[in-house]
Parts: sequence; C-alpha cells; structure tokens
Amino acid sequence: MTRCDGRKKNELRDVKMEVGVLKRADGSAYIEWGNNKIFAGVYGPKEVIPRFLARNDRAYLRCKYSMTPFSVEERKRPGPDRRSVEIGKVTTGALAPAILLENYPNSMIEILIDVMQADAGTRCAGITAATLALVDAGIPMRGLVSACAAGKVDDEIVLDLCKEEDNLGQADIPLAILSRTEEITLLQMDGIMTENEVEEALGLAIEGCKSVYQMQMDALKTKYGD
Amino acid sequence: MDAIANIKKENITNLAIEGKRADERDLKEYRELKIIPNYIKKAEGSAYVELGGTKVIVGVKYDIGTPFPDIPNEGVMTTSAELPPMASPEFESGPPGEDAIELARVVDRGIRESKSLDTAKLCIKPGELVRIVFVDIQVLDDDGNLLDASGIGAITALKCAKMVVYDDDGNPTDKIEPLPLRKVPVTCTIAKIGGQLLVDPQKDEEKVMDTRITVTTDEDGNIVAMQKGESGSFKLGEVMEAVRLATVKGQENREKILKAIEEVSD
Repeated sequence: MTRCDGRKKNELRDVKMEVGVLKRADGSAYIEWGNNKIFAGVYGPKEVIPRFLARNDRAYLRCKYSMTPFSVEERKRPGPDRRSVEIGKVTTGALAPAILLENYPNSMIEILIDVMQADAGTRCAGITAATLALVDAGIPMRGLVSACAAGKVDDEIVLDLCKEEDNLGQADIPLAILSRTEEITLLQMDGIMTENEVEEALGLAIEGCKSVYQMQMDALKTKYGD
Repeated sequence: MDAIANIKKENITNLAIEGKRADERDLKEYRELKIIPNYIKKAEGSAYVELGGTKVIVGVKYDIGTPFPDIPNEGVMTTSAELPPMASPEFESGPPGEDAIELARVVDRGIRESKSLDTAKLCIKPGELVRIVFVDIQVLDDDGNLLDASGIGAITALKCAKMVVYDDDGNPTDKIEPLPLRKVPVTCTIAKIGGQLLVDPQKDEEKVMDTRITVTTDEDGNIVAMQKGESGSFKLGEVMEAVRLATVKGQENREKILKAIEEVSD
C-alpha cells in the first residue's frame, strides 16, 4: 500500500531538531516535524506563582501548549481553548515521570510549547521538543521522553499520520515513552480499533519513538558534543 | 494532586500489592452503581448516577442553530462539565479548569468517536438549521472516578433523550422522537497503584495512584477512545491488560445502563 505522501507504513515524516534556540529561556528547542514548526521553552526551577501551588516534597510542573492564530488554515482565536488546556495537562503527565521533581521542593518548572505551524501530530512533536528544552535547561532527568503517533488509515496501521491521513483516518494514537525503559507516559486514542489493532499500533508507535530518540540524541550531541 | 497522609498512602499501596483494597473490593470490581434515568424532567434527557460515594447528574438539552460550514448537513454535540465547590473541598468556583475540561473532553470523545450519535439525523434543513445537543455534567459529590460516573451518566441521558420532530421547513411538529443513537459506548477507568491495576478508583486511591488510564469501548468490542491521565507510566503489557479489562467491565456496566433505561420506559 502507498500513503498519500509516499511514505512506508513504518516511516516517519522528515524531522529536524535544534537545541538552545532562544536566549532568554533557561532551556529551549525547535522542531520541524513534517510541516509542523514548534518551539519549546523551559523556565525554572523558579519561584512558584501562585504560591499555594507550591509542594514541599517536589517541584510543581506546569506545561502550557498554545497555538498561534496563524498556525492553522482558518485563523485560530488567540488564547487557550479547551483543546490546548487538555494537551497542556496530558503533556505535563507525559513529562513529569522523566523529571527528578523531588530534587526541587517548593519551586516550579514551567514548560511552554508554542506551535507556529500545525500539521497533525503537534502534541507529540511538542513533547519531543520540550524534552530537549528540559535537557538544555540543565534539569536532571531519568531519561528522554520521545513521542510519536500511530493510527489506522484505509484499514492499515501506519506510523505518524500526516494532516490528510489524520482528517480521513479511522483512528489515531499519540504516544510518548521514556525511551530508556519504554514506559508509556502519554497515551491517547480516538477512532475505532479492535484490541489487536491497538496492540499493533502501540508496537509501531514505540518503534517510532525509538527513532525519535535517536534524533533527539543527535540534536543534543550537535549542541553539546559527545 | 491533592494532599494525603503518607501513612494512608503506604496503607493503600501495601493493600494493592497484596491484591486488596481498603473498602474490601476486588481489584477488578466496581463500586455499587445506581442509575436513575430521566431524573430531571426539565431536560430532554437526563441521568442521576451514583458510583459508590460519587454522585453525578447529567442533563441533555438541545437548541436549534446553524451548522458548521464544513459539515452543513450535520448536527452538533458539545459536552461540558462543572466541578462546583459543593462537590469537593478541592473544587473552586470560576471557569472550568484543567480537570473539568479533561473530564468533559474524555466523555465527549468516547461518544463522538464511537459514532454513536447519528449527527446527520440532527439536521433539520441542510446548510441552515441543525440541532445542537448539549451534554452537561454536574458533579454533586466527588468520591473518585468522576470519569466513569460522568461517562455512564452522559450515555444514559442521551439514550433516554427525546426531541421534538421538525418538518422540512424547520417548523416544530407535535411529534416526539428519541435521539438517533447507534451505540452505547462505556468508559472504564483503571488506576495503577503499587504495580497493580485497580478498576474504578475511589478518592483516596486516586490521591495515591501512580497513574490512570480510561478506555472507552462499544458493544462490538471496539476500542473507541483512550486517555492516560495524570503523571506516572504504564508498560505496554499493562496497557493491553487495561484494554481487555475495560472491554469486560464496559460490557457489565452497559448491561446495567440498558436495564435501568428499560425499567423506566415500562
């Protein structure tokens, strides 16, 4: 079978990553994943604002995902919508297990993911870039979080759905793993799939995450050397 | 995440490792589920749901409006959730926060993705008039697992909702018909504590859980939505175990939903 953009079923779109692209943020990264263009910035550990969110046994982690008005076909109204709020929440859950939050009680780490151009798979690309920004900020981590989606298009399980496939596809599973242990830290799914298809898609997405991990390591080596 | 005493956390975790729970349930057992369909007479459809100590009311109302330009022949469903201060000391008034938005979106996704609601049949006049179906989740008492209580409430309320029939010119008739529902998707939420999977976490269990996953299934055994929630991680095998568990438990709860609706329609 051939896909609309000519990729094989287990092939990722072209991905480019760059670490340390912003001056003011404590850590930052830029990712181009297919036609997605996304920046991630990290501030912290820093003072917790508002104060009542402070935890005495670990750092408070907050991820904010937002899209620029010009990132999609029809102008998006600026400010958080329900989708962005939910993605921010699941992104926090995807990254928290990787960070040694217990090292920084009574402080906060803020992760910002800003989508400049969106073309399916922004949450996975955002998580991948945010992980690099965390490393760039020097925040101690258990390992890298790598993300990639798999889905069902024309009754076939394929890796990394592009926009067309996402619109017409039957199901989509964005996934993120702690690459070192393959523990799943982000998992969502929409569409219709059988149990076997879910298992096949998860397997394929994990392989995709491992490829993403290699690219993350390469980007870090480019910035910091071996 | 709410605060909880370390000693309680230790206790719940140790019990889970032994395959036990503080309320003496089996790890794979739901709390008692009570469903009262058509609880609110002012709503087109509604349900009161009690899942152990958790209490939720879901109401379905509809409105007539214009369709989205890209789907001119389809009606619309929107889902919202309120977590009011009365239902928990952790809730505050104000616009919906992250938790309320996630709750509404996970419930919505299960119904939407299962293609249960036939949105084409909600169209009154193509390109001009469609029905907009509102599913509103009102939490009364949060004793854990709002996701499943709300999901069960939402599909029950939709399933017993009745609407006025409109003629082709967009005028209401005196006929009434049920909402065009093709499937009964049911959510099942599973917490991971001490490496064990526990179905239907109670509030204290939610406070100590490592992570959770919600899986929505339909009556044909399809998986229609999944959501890993909060921090923590799952192994691939655990996810697949949760998927299988959710299929079995979803079917059990589906039978309870259908039975409750059947009882009120007699």
